[in-house]
Amino acid sequence: MTGVGWNSLLGIGILIGLVAAGRGHDAVFQTHGWVVLILCGIGFAYRLTRDTSSRTADDEVYFDGVVRAGVIATIFWGMAGFLAGAAIASQLAFPVLNFGSEYLSFGRLRPLHTSAVIFAFGGNALIATSFYVVQRTCRARLALGGLGWFVFWGYQLFIVLAATGYLLGVTQSKEYAEPEWYVDLWLTIVWVAYLLVFMGTLLKRKEPHIYVANWFYLAFIVTVAMLHIVNNLSMPVSFLGSKSYSLFAGVQDALTQWWYGHNAVGFFLTAGFLGMMYYFVPKQANRPVYSYRLSIVHFWSLIFLYIWAGPHHLHYTALPDWAQTLGMVFSIMLWMPSWGGMINGLMTLSGAWDKLRTDPIIRMMVIAIAFYGMSTFEGPMMSIKAVNGLSHYTDWTIGHVHSGALGWVGMITFGAIYFLVPKLWNRSAMYSARLISWHVWLATIGIVIYAAVMWVSGVMQGLMWREYDENGFLVYSFAETVAAMHPFYVIRTVGGLVYIAGACLMVYNVWRTILPPAHARAALHIQQPA
Amino acid sequence: MFKRLKFKHDRTEKNVTLMLVLSLIVVAIGGLVEIAPLFYMQNTIEKVVGVRPYTPLELLGRNIHIREGCYTCHSQMIRPMRDEVVRYGHYSLAAESMYDHPFQWGSKRTGPDLARVGQRYSNEWHVQHLVDPRSVVPESVMPTYPFLAAREVRVNDIADHLAANKAVGVPYTDEMLAEAKADLITQATVDADIDALLQRYPKAQTGDFDGDPGRVTEMDALVAYLQMLGTLVDFTQYQAEENYR
Repeated sequence: MTGVGWNSLLGIGILIGLVAAGRGHDAVFQTHGWVVLILCGIGFAYRLTRDTSSRTADDEVYFDGVVRAGVIATIFWGMAGFLAGAAIASQLAFPVLNFGSEYLSFGRLRPLHTSAVIFAFGGNALIATSFYVVQRTCRARLALGGLGWFVFWGYQLFIVLAATGYLLGVTQSKEYAEPEWYVDLWLTIVWVAYLLVFMGTLLKRKEPHIYVANWFYLAFIVTVAMLHIVNNLSMPVSFLGSKSYSLFAGVQDALTQWWYGHNAVGFFLTAGFLGMMYYFVPKQANRPVYSYRLSIVHFWSLIFLYIWAGPHHLHYTALPDWAQTLGMVFSIMLWMPSWGGMINGLMTLSGAWDKLRTDPIIRMMVIAIAFYGMSTFEGPMMSIKAVNGLSHYTDWTIGHVHSGALGWVGMITFGAIYFLVPKLWNRSAMYSARLISWHVWLATIGIVIYAAVMWVSGVMQGLMWREYDENGFLVYSFAETVAAMHPFYVIRTVGGLVYIAGACLMVYNVWRTILPPAHARAALHIQQPA
Repeated sequence: MFKRLKFKHDRTEKNVTLMLVLSLIVVAIGGLVEIAPLFYMQNTIEKVVGVRPYTPLELLGRNIHIREGCYTCHSQMIRPMRDEVVRYGHYSLAAESMYDHPFQWGSKRTGPDLARVGQRYSNEWHVQHLVDPRSVVPESVMPTYPFLAAREVRVNDIADHLAANKAVGVPYTDEMLAEAKADLITQATVDADIDALLQRYPKAQTGDFDGDPGRVTEMDALVAYLQMLGTLVDFTQYQAEENYR
């Protein structure tokens, strides 16, 4: 994107912000007008005052400035999302921590946590790594010039609007699709730009083949576009107000939502991160991908089967039985391509297993893949109607999600960050390998505590709800089952804090790698860009 | 066989557009097969006697329920299992959420299901429970919502809310739109003339909900919504066999 393009875009942003701030029909819409106005104003002021003589980014073979920014954003939003998680976990253990504040109540912070982790942490990781990987595997600079920066900053604006909206009580109440219509429209624009940049880079590749990681990234981008647009169709009350009503209602709305919701997991948190696995694991292990055929079978079967699995979120509801059964059958079939991917990732290490002992980054990646395998076994099992009858509505689901999110998504991202940071900032290695090793173990222990506790509490909760005495009466009131959860909620919070402690080590490690102390800086071995 | 696969897949791997189009086709199939029929099948679009659009006050209450993220801990979907039917009442029907834009079935029960909470507790209990949940349920981990009682609802644009619902298929009549503001006030007023309101919205519960008859607060709206949940269908008249799903 050219300078003129940026200036006009920021100018339009300022105008829209002014209109929304001045004429908005409700306080939230006005606030969001101010947010857009101020952020675009800062951007504009930055462009006017910056020193253009020292620009170096354009000299690089690859367009890596946006990748560097993406890595920082990933770490920043990751910490925000983890901390929000610890906060709401504590609220369930000690409800006094809601502080009687409408802005800090569980109901508003929960979407903040889920969106921060999925879209802010995961999304930034996906955008950053996809931009890095597509350039290397195509041997081509990112297409469409500065549009990559538009994708990055546009996406950060989406995150800020979504997050502030949650705190102020703006939500569509569709899980993982909570932002309202105007934020959805903005994300659509950003996402189309993302698709254009990614596709454009693939089109100008100097390699004859499109590398397998890019298949996954491409499928992720295009499928998320489809899901996002359909699930967020809605009718605003006013085009100057924040509230809208979903186009669909009841059963149709429920299945559309979980078609979206499950594939937010399937494509955002799985396909995209498999793209990450297919590049960073072979790179770090210095081995080729285990099986090319397996990648082909794994890719097409995964993206075909995943889409069908949504109805398993609606077992025994008013959704017709045939749809529930179809969702269950496809969810079970999904086990196979998922494990195909796991095998392909793990077996890439064949002949290099000794690196598990010596390389903590490989260890991080291998544990990530192991958690992927674990949760993609657990998922199909929980989609079986008889199992789901017990597990649905309980903490078991929460535990399952977290072994996927903390284990798979989190740890493969940490692995990629440890791989990327030295390369992007021209350092020979991360500041400390020992800290990486500590991070691996803290993260693993944290997840194991978390998941194990949620298994126990979830199964216990499900069994207590359905327990009868000899006269055929329910044994437990609902309130008694809530009280029984307390110790597990406390331990779960501890598990989360252990995981966060590991992430803090990463922040310090990355910080010291990028900005070493002055005395060390002189001695730094500065690599040439690869 | 794998050799052929490799040969054929080669073309996809060298053509971005082909890869994009094939991926899109492959990911579109599942959703189309599962979702599209729901708009045409009898048992997902059937009407059940008693189900009606929300009154303006209930709709505002429902919006507060959404705004505060109540759905993150409370489901509104009773499954047809013995324990759930004993605990919560008749299993939920598809028709009972047919005017729910969006649906509120939920996915987690940190708190109990609310699909049939209507008229189980008094208005006073609800207000007390929302202001300080642990004063009535000591084990509760629910946040407190004292601010609801202090804030008046916006009445001026209520007709726009009904109109937006009408645009997405809720059968609000022109009369309902025209009377929306009056209906909103009437429902929360003690000893008002409620005949016209009940004509438009049968079974609507009226009166002062929040113990503060002087004004219509968010507490009035939310309690009015909670008190109508699951009360519209008369299950003594309901023929389950007609609605097997």
